[in-house]
Amino acid sequence: MNPRAAVLELPNDISAIETAVERAVHCCASARLARSRLMFNFRVGLTEALSNAILYGNGGDPRKRVWVELRVQSGEVRACVTDEGNGFDPDTVPDPRLPENIPRPDGRGIFLMRALMDEVHYNELGNSVTLVLREGTRAAP
Amino acid sequence: MTFNVRSVGDATVISVDGQLIVGNRQELKQKVLAELERGARRFVIDFTRTGYIDSSGLGILVSLSRSIRQERGDLRLASLNSDLRTLFELTKLDTLFEIHATLRDALAD
Repeated sequence: MNPRAAVLELPNDISAIETAVERAVHCCASARLARSRLMFNFRVGLTEALSNAILYGNGGDPRKRVWVELRVQSGEVRACVTDEGNGFDPDTVPDPRLPENIPRPDGRGIFLMRALMDEVHYNELGNSVTLVLREGTRAAP
Repeated sequence: MTFNVRSVGDATVISVDGQLIVGNRQELKQKVLAELERGARRFVIDFTRTGYIDSSGLGILVSLSRSIRQERGDLRLASLNSDLRTLFELTKLDTLFEIHATLRDALAD
């Protein structure tokens, strides 16, 4: 198949996430990933990236926007989520699996993205994250 | 997505139909806390019809678990499919929650 590309623009509103994720899944159907990887890994990973962008990157500011750039080819999907915030250093986020962090209600989003996707890259500023999911590679489950 | 609340014996069963994510986590929290306020102490959350859970959904379960324990109550999770079960294992939250394979198992003493 020829690569496909699409861009979704979202308001900075968590209620927009679920619809955006379903639109992205629909766009990515032609990648022919296993159903579980698209319907679970990709949906959870993209939901995490969007909620981080809306709540933390854009600080919940309703005047800001979030963009999702999708690139789809056979056996691979890429989603780049960009916000209008000042970015952050993802390497400073603590491991939620440490015993002292397990009872905490927060701090699992970036960990889940990394666990469920094959690649997770941030830009230098930290306001844009690219998620890559491929067929037949290591990402859990 | 919806959260259906019903009583089964002395247990309050909340079914999650659809997703448990950042956009609807507060609705689940309000429903459970309202039942806790009314005196319910034994809770089972049934994931038979749940598609996926994000970190905010996991976080609200952690928060509810704490609130229920503070009232000397009990929270059990039931019917997680293999993908959802993996989420709990990856995050080690399977060590924090009592997880049962079926709703029937969760309702048993």
